[in-house]
Amino acid sequence: MRAVDALMECLKAEGVDVVFGLPGGANLPTYDAFYDAGIRHILVRHEAGGGHAAEGYAKATGKVGVSLATSGPGATNLITPICDAMMDSVPVVFITGQVRTELLGTDGFQEADTIGITMPVVKHSFMIQHPLEIPRSIHEAFHIARSGRPGPVVVDVPQDLSRADIPYEPVTDLRLPGYQPTTEGNQKQIRLAAKALANSRRPVIYAGGGVVSANAGLELVELATSDKFPVTSTVMGLGAFPAPHEQWLGMLGMHGTRAANYAMDEADLIVAIGARFDDRVTGKLSEFAPRAKFIHIDIDPAEISKNVPAHIPIVGDAKNILPRLTAEYRALVPEPTRFDEWWSRIRTWQQRHPLQYEDSTDSEIKPQYMIQALYEATDGDAIVASDVGQHQMWAAQYFAFREPRLWINSGGLGTMGFGLPAAMGAKVGCPDRTVVGIVGDGSVQMNIQELATCTQEDIPIKVFIMNNGYLGMVRQWQELFWDKRYSQVDMGKWPDFVKLAEAYGATGLRFEDKKTLVSDMKEALAMDGPVLVDVRVTREENTYPMIPAGQPARNMVG
Amino acid sequence: MLSLDELEAAVGLRTGRKHVLSILVENKPGVLTRIAGLFARRGFNIDTLAVGPTDDERLSRITLTLDGAVHPIDQVTKQLHKLVNVLKIRDLEPKDTLARELALFKVSADGASRAEVMQICEIFRGKVVDVTKRAIVVEVTGTCDKIDAFEQLVRPFGLIEMARTGEIAIARGRGET
Repeated sequence: MRAVDALMECLKAEGVDVVFGLPGGANLPTYDAFYDAGIRHILVRHEAGGGHAAEGYAKATGKVGVSLATSGPGATNLITPICDAMMDSVPVVFITGQVRTELLGTDGFQEADTIGITMPVVKHSFMIQHPLEIPRSIHEAFHIARSGRPGPVVVDVPQDLSRADIPYEPVTDLRLPGYQPTTEGNQKQIRLAAKALANSRRPVIYAGGGVVSANAGLELVELATSDKFPVTSTVMGLGAFPAPHEQWLGMLGMHGTRAANYAMDEADLIVAIGARFDDRVTGKLSEFAPRAKFIHIDIDPAEISKNVPAHIPIVGDAKNILPRLTAEYRALVPEPTRFDEWWSRIRTWQQRHPLQYEDSTDSEIKPQYMIQALYEATDGDAIVASDVGQHQMWAAQYFAFREPRLWINSGGLGTMGFGLPAAMGAKVGCPDRTVVGIVGDGSVQMNIQELATCTQEDIPIKVFIMNNGYLGMVRQWQELFWDKRYSQVDMGKWPDFVKLAEAYGATGLRFEDKKTLVSDMKEALAMDGPVLVDVRVTREENTYPMIPAGQPARNMVG
Repeated sequence: MLSLDELEAAVGLRTGRKHVLSILVENKPGVLTRIAGLFARRGFNIDTLAVGPTDDERLSRITLTLDGAVHPIDQVTKQLHKLVNVLKIRDLEPKDTLARELALFKVSADGASRAEVMQICEIFRGKVVDVTKRAIVVEVTGTCDKIDAFEQLVRPFGLIEMARTGEIAIARGRGET
């Protein structure tokens, strides 16, 4: 059998039902195999769109996404999605074509050192050197991508090797002696953590994207409600704990709520779960949570004490650890009223500093209201993929995510252009759910070509552009920190998104009136096929509250 | 009952001394690049690096030294462990470790000074491996410190050039490194 046909068998054995890709010279053999392999292939318009779609698929479903590209420019177009998947721990296998082995190292046509270029931003990569290596490498790639701390894996396949005939036998064993992630948390450490919780008076649970990756949302709720532990999360962890819950403090960090940030600041014990103390969370590191001791639960030992020293490190899978921690805690029967004072302090912050904005009195649509309207129109029952910028932060603040995997965004790398293709991938993975995109007029243009893919493949996503005609977040920083010198942030009034949507065969709409916004949105959501909505919002509105970069939580403004 | 005040943090300590890491890796293409790249992007400085085969042809051993005054060694080893091709890392304890380096010194030595250089060489149990009219080449093995000391002594004679391998190391006693 041809090695590429074996590759198809491997994909099927891994449960792959859909891939996102674009063919070219070096992966022609692979595409010949796709012709009748029985795996759905979605032809994207740009490899970056395919990579982000695979990420969106993986984030929405919890399965491994697959993205394909040819050699050279195809592979280099994948760099951003690969790096994005690395930063946000998204399981994606990227299969790239490579020039024939005899051309390697000769600067052949469409040759790029894909393995070399991607090395700093992959969890692992495989350069195929013999056709017999293909099946094993594919299976090992999937195993590495999905296990431990998930991440991107690249498999680079030279064209001539992919056409070779090989005897194919299903691979049943993996040979990865250097890869053994720790999943079971240490029982002694878990017991110690339970005791620390029982002795805390001002605890906060700080959940990150790791809780979502571990599918440990319910386990988190169990732990939090085994007593009255306040819960906050990073932008990556939204939905891990239901936002309507009374123990929810809102997101923390640069644009988090005051209650969450002040609680971290005054906490005596912080339980970090699948979170990595990013600078957008800690602000000024030396003044971050100065009174707190830290329990740090993470599957990646290198995250423990990387930025903030952990007092009780627990390495392992949150899904394994959290129920055991809850059980240990319950066995201790701590003093039930000891959080009363803490909660009354938190409630004061919540009452004094709720998320707020000055709403318009006329038909003008405030961007915050746009998010609230979309929440109302969808009843909160939608997968929301966002781009990066002000709209992302407002969505994180005002869309109350009730369950994990409803919120899909690019957190670590902060990739503009992520939202639309990620929504596309999420919809492919979850066809029965409403999938909306919340994007900026700046960011959506970075991968808007995938609207054509959505039309052709009938992927009915509903994308709402928060259009203020600016690169809004940059404009905000220029306003606040650079004396309002608005350098290169005005996007003008182009393109005409309605016409553009129509040109792509999608439905284009424009909403400008606040009074009818919710019902207009409901109508858009009910339409068939992909819909692109140009929502005109206030031009100069700032995302608040905000911890200025490099400052402590105490210095929140707005 | 445990009090929170009793908890001590596991900090990324800077130990202040030289560390010798012995790293067993799969003998596959690109492994050294992965390790070098990891050090570069995380800002860790390698002082010396030596790579060679082991008794098992599927494995290579990388011995590298770095300064524990500048780097949190635990963070270095944890990041290394994340590389799939890295099988084992030992942060070797100086007292339980035999470390050796090989160095070649080309010293300008004519007439009178030649005898003196050869005398120093003898004290260091070095070997003269090449002699010409105006220079000799000396081979010295030993710990890093010993080679530093030799260098200091021969430098006044006119050190033309020097090549050092970087330390390799193995654990003392029966146990595996």
